[in-house]
Amino acid sequence: MGETHSLEERFQAYVDAENKIEPKDWMPEKYRKTLIRQISQHAHSEVVGMLPEANWITRAPSLRSKLILLAKVQDEAGHGLYLYSAAETLGADRQDLVEDLLSGKAKYSSIFNYPTISWADMGAVGWLVDGAAIANQVMLCRTSYGPYSRAMVRICKEESFHQRQGYETMMKLASGTPEQKAMAQDALNRWWWPSIMMFGPRDEDSPNSAQSMKWKIKRKSNDELRQEFIDKTVPQAEFIGLTIPDPDLKWNEETGHYDFGEINWDEFYQVIKGNGPCNKQRLDARNKAHDEGAWVREAANAYAEKEAKRRKEGTAA
Amino acid sequence: MSDKSNWKIWEVFVRSKNGLSHKHAGSLHAPDAEMALKNARDVYTRRSEGVSIWVVESEAITASSPDEKEPLFTPSDDKVYRHPTFYEIPDEVGHM
Ligand SMILES: [Fe+2]
Ligand SMILES: [Fe+2]
Repeated sequence: MGETHSLEERFQAYVDAENKIEPKDWMPEKYRKTLIRQISQHAHSEVVGMLPEANWITRAPSLRSKLILLAKVQDEAGHGLYLYSAAETLGADRQDLVEDLLSGKAKYSSIFNYPTISWADMGAVGWLVDGAAIANQVMLCRTSYGPYSRAMVRICKEESFHQRQGYETMMKLASGTPEQKAMAQDALNRWWWPSIMMFGPRDEDSPNSAQSMKWKIKRKSNDELRQEFIDKTVPQAEFIGLTIPDPDLKWNEETGHYDFGEINWDEFYQVIKGNGPCNKQRLDARNKAHDEGAWVREAANAYAEKEAKRRKEGTAA
Repeated sequence: MSDKSNWKIWEVFVRSKNGLSHKHAGSLHAPDAEMALKNARDVYTRRSEGVSIWVVESEAITASSPDEKEPLFTPSDDKVYRHPTFYEIPDEVGHM
């Protein structure tokens, strides 16, 4: 008993001194489990996150915007892979993780259960959804688990283009015809609240956060990150003449932050529970893609086997 | 055969430019080395991060254990005479 106690204490002291934990280091079982859950959910979010944008690839208004969107969606696939790899360093099996996603057992970010109904949504998603993801991911670059932190550094380097291209799309629409500007405003109206929900429940309703902060898996609380995001984003909306759909939004001279209105937490929990506008559609699409890709995996196996056989015969001869 | 049974994990090392060593970039799954290289190109060098890629089966790597950290690495801590600052050379001699 004294032994385990001292191992955990040593672990905490090591983390407190800002050291990184690497795969083979001793770690509390709960630290490992928490990380596998968080990293795999993050990976699933990158993968499912491709779907709302893939919806617009064939309908992008120009070749330039089509190339950009394709590159962004391909990046998200890469992000998913970096993260599955990081989870594997903790002893998880990628196939199991993918199966949990396909069966609906695993969670992914609720934001991707909202529909992308106009081209302006490609702007709003890049600007707000990738923007909110970046805030979280920049914090995670300093997470205590080495492989997760390294995956985040790589991801953050790639993400900033995602947000900039989204904002550029919004900027163009907002300075276009009245119809285009209305489209941009409508997209902001629909994406604003779900985006600020991405940071998760209020700190007082987020019971696991304290342990994650103590282990330095998380470095900032949900409310801190949300506030930072809002403070950064409001002037960006003002700059292109769009209005954040929150009548209570107001600069607070005293705190040096924006005050904002009450978030609809009921909607938040409904979408998590599976009752969002697109939960079923997303899972169906993911399963369909997986099933329709089966022949590619089988062909790769067959090719590898054939090549191995050919090499063997070559060396024997 | 399911892909679970035969897609091995590969470690990927990328040389960012000639003159520098290959550096560990991450890992991926592939049925053989040739496809591991192709996947590595797509996953780890989408923005010209590299001029050369190595892939190695994860299983082929033998790693030292963190428990051996002390016996393996502390013996060199007390060999201060391996560092140039151990020797006192008068300033008049100039930079050495
Ligand atoms: Fe991403
Ligand atoms: Fe992104």
